[in-house]
Amino acid sequence: MTELSKTGAALGEPAPGNAPDAFLAVRDLKVHFPTDDGLVKSVDGLSFQVEKGKTLCIVGESGSGKSVTSLAIMGLHRLGAQGKHVQMSGEIWLDGKELVSADPDEVRRLRGREMAMIFQDPLSAMHPYYTIGNQIVEAYRVHNDVSKKVARKRAIEMLDRVGIPEPNKRVDGYPHEFSGGMRQRAMIAMALVNNPELLIADEPTTALDVTVQAQILDLIRDLQKEFGSAVVLITHDLGVVAEIADDVLVMYGGRCVERGSVDDVFERPQHPYTWGLLGSMPRIDRETSERLIPVKGQPPSLINVPSGCAFHPRCPYADIPKGDVTRTVRPELQQVGGGHFSACHLSPEDRTRIWTEEIAPKL
Amino acid sequence: MSETKKTDADVTAAPDEREILLKVEGLQKHFPIRKGVLQRQVGAVKAVDGIDFEVRKGETLGVVGESGCGKSTMGRVITRLQEPTGGSIHFEGQDITRLNAAGMRPLRRDIQMIFQDPYGSLNPRHTIGGIVSAPFRLQDVEPEGGVKKEVQRLLELVGLSPEHFNRYPHEFSGGQRQRIGIARALALKPKLVVADEPVSALDVSIQAQVVNLMDDLQEELGLTYVIIAHDLSVVRHVSDRIAVMYLGKIVELADRTALYEAPMHPYTKALMSAVPVPDPKRRGAKSERILLRGDVPSPISPPSGCRFHTRCWKATEICRTTEPQLIELRPGQRVACHHPENFEDQAPQDTVLLSVAKEAASLVAEEVLAESAATSAAVAAEVEGSQEAEPSETSAEKPAAEATADAEATSAKTGPGARTAPATGVQEAKDDGQESTDE
Repeated sequence: MTELSKTGAALGEPAPGNAPDAFLAVRDLKVHFPTDDGLVKSVDGLSFQVEKGKTLCIVGESGSGKSVTSLAIMGLHRLGAQGKHVQMSGEIWLDGKELVSADPDEVRRLRGREMAMIFQDPLSAMHPYYTIGNQIVEAYRVHNDVSKKVARKRAIEMLDRVGIPEPNKRVDGYPHEFSGGMRQRAMIAMALVNNPELLIADEPTTALDVTVQAQILDLIRDLQKEFGSAVVLITHDLGVVAEIADDVLVMYGGRCVERGSVDDVFERPQHPYTWGLLGSMPRIDRETSERLIPVKGQPPSLINVPSGCAFHPRCPYADIPKGDVTRTVRPELQQVGGGHFSACHLSPEDRTRIWTEEIAPKL
Repeated sequence: MSETKKTDADVTAAPDEREILLKVEGLQKHFPIRKGVLQRQVGAVKAVDGIDFEVRKGETLGVVGESGCGKSTMGRVITRLQEPTGGSIHFEGQDITRLNAAGMRPLRRDIQMIFQDPYGSLNPRHTIGGIVSAPFRLQDVEPEGGVKKEVQRLLELVGLSPEHFNRYPHEFSGGQRQRIGIARALALKPKLVVADEPVSALDVSIQAQVVNLMDDLQEELGLTYVIIAHDLSVVRHVSDRIAVMYLGKIVELADRTALYEAPMHPYTKALMSAVPVPDPKRRGAKSERILLRGDVPSPISPPSGCRFHTRCWKATEICRTTEPQLIELRPGQRVACHHPENFEDQAPQDTVLLSVAKEAASLVAEEVLAESAATSAAVAAEVEGSQEAEPSETSAEKPAAEATADAEATSAKTGPGARTAPATGVQEAKDDGQESTDE
């Protein structure tokens, strides 16, 4: 890791923080969008880190800021003048380089080479006018000074690697000629063509059938093992999380409410929202309990995030802490165990009691 | 067909079963493909290709399958939003297959639909009041206390506020819109509600609210649901019986517990093993997973014989040549497979795997294969045992006898499969004989 900090120092950052040890580190990231209706605080102070070879899953409902976070890491919020369309602050460290303050050209050189992204809907993420091969070749040649022929060979090799049958024929196919699962494989091939060290997958399997989902998750896992990349996977499906994650980050209203290893979050969750998510999932592996335990109400608007704890209007335990604290004071992430953090006003005793006595038996 | 006789037999065999509300037989929906100047029909997308099932009063039938298996088309055909190509639909004993729009109108009160997309299914230029009161207007129904009062009551019933009457759909979130769709569907107190992916567009926490709401309404109003969904966890939670569809056919139809505890069709088994379980401890048990090769074949030219044989790890020659009939192997569990899981083999003489099956089997862990062989043998033995012990053989005998007839019918139709098909029948008949001698 010394190598990383060296590069960080070499860049001579103005450094409000020093280059971290982790491969990817996000510190106090804020992404706000000014709109006519007010400031949309999509991400409001988010921190996490991912090591190489590890998978972080970001879970949350729609509008919790998961996708905005991933686009921020990829540097895709910069379209238009800073401050007019988007206001970003905080730090994103990738392999010792800080990206938020970096020159857009520099980020562009990293994008696709060191970090790549898989999108939810491969049909709209690919260009319908160009063949799959063309698009992979382009992605490869942007970062590698090679002839078209070499690049095409590489494209075929990648299509083969992700399990597309007859890759030397399919390379000349158009996106619409591929089925959903095949398209997603082609997209993964495109993302991995430059052996990126960070792979961000935004709901990569949401549009797919379960049988295909299983294939794609297996593929991502295999490729991660092979290339040792860090993976950030964004999803709303806790089943997928349990399947693939090393660490889990639960987002609500643009902030992290709970973070920890996958065992921590599933076995000893410490936030009422995480309980809510676990309780509202029907389980295939169990005989039906009578009813699901839904979270009441609606996810918050990111323009008017509730004061205090953003979850308090939906939290069944908001009245337990004394006084108005849940309505007035925003809870900060606190360590509740080794590497396990939660942002909740409930005392640790209350949380343990509620989880073991009220929630866990009903799941 | 013998299929008809069998369902009738079922009812007489179990008179305590609830009344049949909807009965579907041999239902087909083909979408023609036209080409050329003359727009001649050159083929057809066989979205639904001969399915039989019935829905009893007060129950929930779940329909699952991958995208493109025809489950949504099935939903649209049984509500007569689309014309069936063949087969028949009986609602409360009345044949509604060929009723025209005027003939269907009085029945529209009894059959309602909830749609998947809460954004596309509400007219953005109508108020909520207008949307939910439309059924009353169209059917010329004057509810007690006036339309407005009734609409407000409905809004309350689905968990919205009566003040929402004059608002427009865009003012609501996805979950609330789905509730509006439900209120509209329930306005005329329907008997049957067909819900096509009612919760798949919603967030997890909202999903649970809507599932619970539908549960409560069923209890309160005695509704009958047909719920079409791709999410097997949701279907397990809401359904009493479940039909698994593959390429326009039902491959397995069974009670919830039977289906999830001991699935018989290999496709059902693979489908269920693919669902990720929200429990990291189970990650070690990866070997349970059955990965299917490739994608679902095209419904324009579905594979011959059993449609699943191109992806199945148990496929043999008979699967390629003879289409398995949906027969009741265990009471309440109908399966269309020559080599079912958790049950005795229906074509034990046919043991040579197809080459595709060998490839597919390479994706299936050894343990699964060994386990399934073991359970199948055990179940087969158990079945024989229980049949000996069981005093009333009528229900167990019937399907077997029917199966013989079925198999013979098929063998008469299919040329190349003729040699293997009767064997199935013979096998069944032998079992039959055994039972009677044991008695």
